[in-house]
Amino acid sequence: MTISYYLVLAAILFTIGAVGVLVRRNAIVVFMCVELMLNSVNLTLVTFARATGTVDGQIMAFFVMVVAAAEVVVGLAIIMSIYRTRRSASVDDANLLKY
Amino acid sequence: MIEVPDLSFAALAPLLLVLGAACLGVLVEAFAPRDVRHPVQVAIALVGTGGALVATLLLAGTHEVTAGGALAVDGAALFLQATIAGLGALSILLFAERSLDPARSAFVVSAAVPAGSPRDRELVTTPRVQTEVYPLATFAIGGMMLFVAANDLLIMFVALEVLSLPLYLISGMARRRRLLSQEAAVKYFLLGAFASAFFLYGLALVYGATGSVRLSDIRAAGPDGGGDVLLVLGLALLVVGLLFKASVAPFHTWTPDVYQGAPTPVTAFMAACTKVAAFGAILRLLYVAFGTAEWTWRPLVYAVAIVSMVVGAVLGLTQTDLKRMLAYSSVAHAGFLLTGVLGLGGGGEGSGLAATMFYLLTYGLTTLGAFAVLTLVRDGDGEATHLSQWAGLGARSPLTAAVMTLFLLALAGIPLTAGFTGKFAVFRAAIEQGAWPLVVVALLASAVAAFFYLRVIVLMYFSEPVADGPTVGVPGVPTTVVLAVTATATLALGILPGAVLELAEQAAIFVG
Repeated sequence: MTISYYLVLAAILFTIGAVGVLVRRNAIVVFMCVELMLNSVNLTLVTFARATGTVDGQIMAFFVMVVAAAEVVVGLAIIMSIYRTRRSASVDDANLLKY
Repeated sequence: MIEVPDLSFAALAPLLLVLGAACLGVLVEAFAPRDVRHPVQVAIALVGTGGALVATLLLAGTHEVTAGGALAVDGAALFLQATIAGLGALSILLFAERSLDPARSAFVVSAAVPAGSPRDRELVTTPRVQTEVYPLATFAIGGMMLFVAANDLLIMFVALEVLSLPLYLISGMARRRRLLSQEAAVKYFLLGAFASAFFLYGLALVYGATGSVRLSDIRAAGPDGGGDVLLVLGLALLVVGLLFKASVAPFHTWTPDVYQGAPTPVTAFMAACTKVAAFGAILRLLYVAFGTAEWTWRPLVYAVAIVSMVVGAVLGLTQTDLKRMLAYSSVAHAGFLLTGVLGLGGGGEGSGLAATMFYLLTYGLTTLGAFAVLTLVRDGDGEATHLSQWAGLGARSPLTAAVMTLFLLALAGIPLTAGFTGKFAVFRAAIEQGAWPLVVVALLASAVAAFFYLRVIVLMYFSEPVADGPTVGVPGVPTTVVLAVTATATLALGILPGAVLELAEQAAIFVG
């Protein structure tokens, strides 16, 4: 089994996440797409750890998970606060700041 | 058996002081009674950042790689850490200002109460203040100081998040105009998380290409003349993540919205300190890890610098809000800073590093001062940032107008101010490296940008005051200190920059 399948899968997941961030309108869904991107990075890291025969990549994947967890805490708090005020989590409704 | 990495506590002292102060701040928040919290938190944050500033100055001349190779404590790191700690301490002072707003603070009492609810209207006028911002800001300062010393892409990523997460939160905590502030926080958070995902994917690709994330190992494994697609792709993604933080066009779209929506002291903090941290990391990544592979990134940075200068200068012209205008000015300045980045040769020759560090210091001081002046001019609804409200300010409050004029002239780069010396240094460095077309564009962009700075000055001095115009508040001690320090430094670095320039030149060494 070659490792390139895993890398291609990770690249596809990353692209789906990136496209999702750009086209989806709900802040929670946008945020989930960011998380998908982070997890595709984890897959890439673990695959490269296997390919290079080191454990660094696996350890880095743990770091990424911890940081992603911290990001969820901060992100959901911010999205909650705007949702409670506006009764909507759509990023199109948040349009007071513009040119 | 895992070996314990060798830690040099002396070299880490600045970081330990700031992060220690932040942890202590969290404990104070949990255990101290509410009425003593504000002075205690301010004192802890100031002692932490001030102590870090002193510690970096004492460490001057250190060149070592510590913490198992993850941190590089060298001249450049220490100079930038000192800059961040100093500007951070000044920002904390701005946060602590209590006499300008009738509500006694720029920060919301309880961020969890929905904006506009009856409870929120009740809380707007209470003299209670919220003190969580101080530990959060101190964590952000600690993350920034770690960011410029990171010798390892993983540490760089962790530092990026440590500096970003508190910033996302505190930009949503304005006391007035809470909807704008919350919207700024959501935009900053979503785009920031998006950008750090790019940085992280770049990290993974570089790891795959070289088998390591240590900057020196990446340099040793460097691309051999065009073969290594993974490495170059990884570099591009890493640079995108960092350029986002530095608000370089075309990755600047969050900047005006967040700068306008965030509480003004927080905007000042972001504009000054985040810029220093992001450029410190960009310089280290490009020169320590990819210095031998200049051909991969030089054209990219060249193009981005031009785009950033042009976008910042041209869109700045159309703004009617002063905070937005200063945000576009920050985009243009990011472009000028990139000319300095290009003024460093791959082998470390040329004066680009010293010039960029000096520019970061002058820009940080000037922009911090300009935002501090913005907090003074107020109407019934908080700060009056619309351009038309500033008409005739020179007649109403000559001193405020004079100080603002000084900062605007410095941002425009007029001689005898710090802005001129900084611009001169980065342009000279870029010309020495043969990037004169870039400098021509930079000069044209400066001329365009000067127009919108001068427009504000003309408006302040040569227009009739509007009938029910804003009032100019009398600043308390903290803001007065900030304005005095930044104005003096802006003048001093313009008239007698020799000593600081020399310091920057001596510090301009990366240890690999």
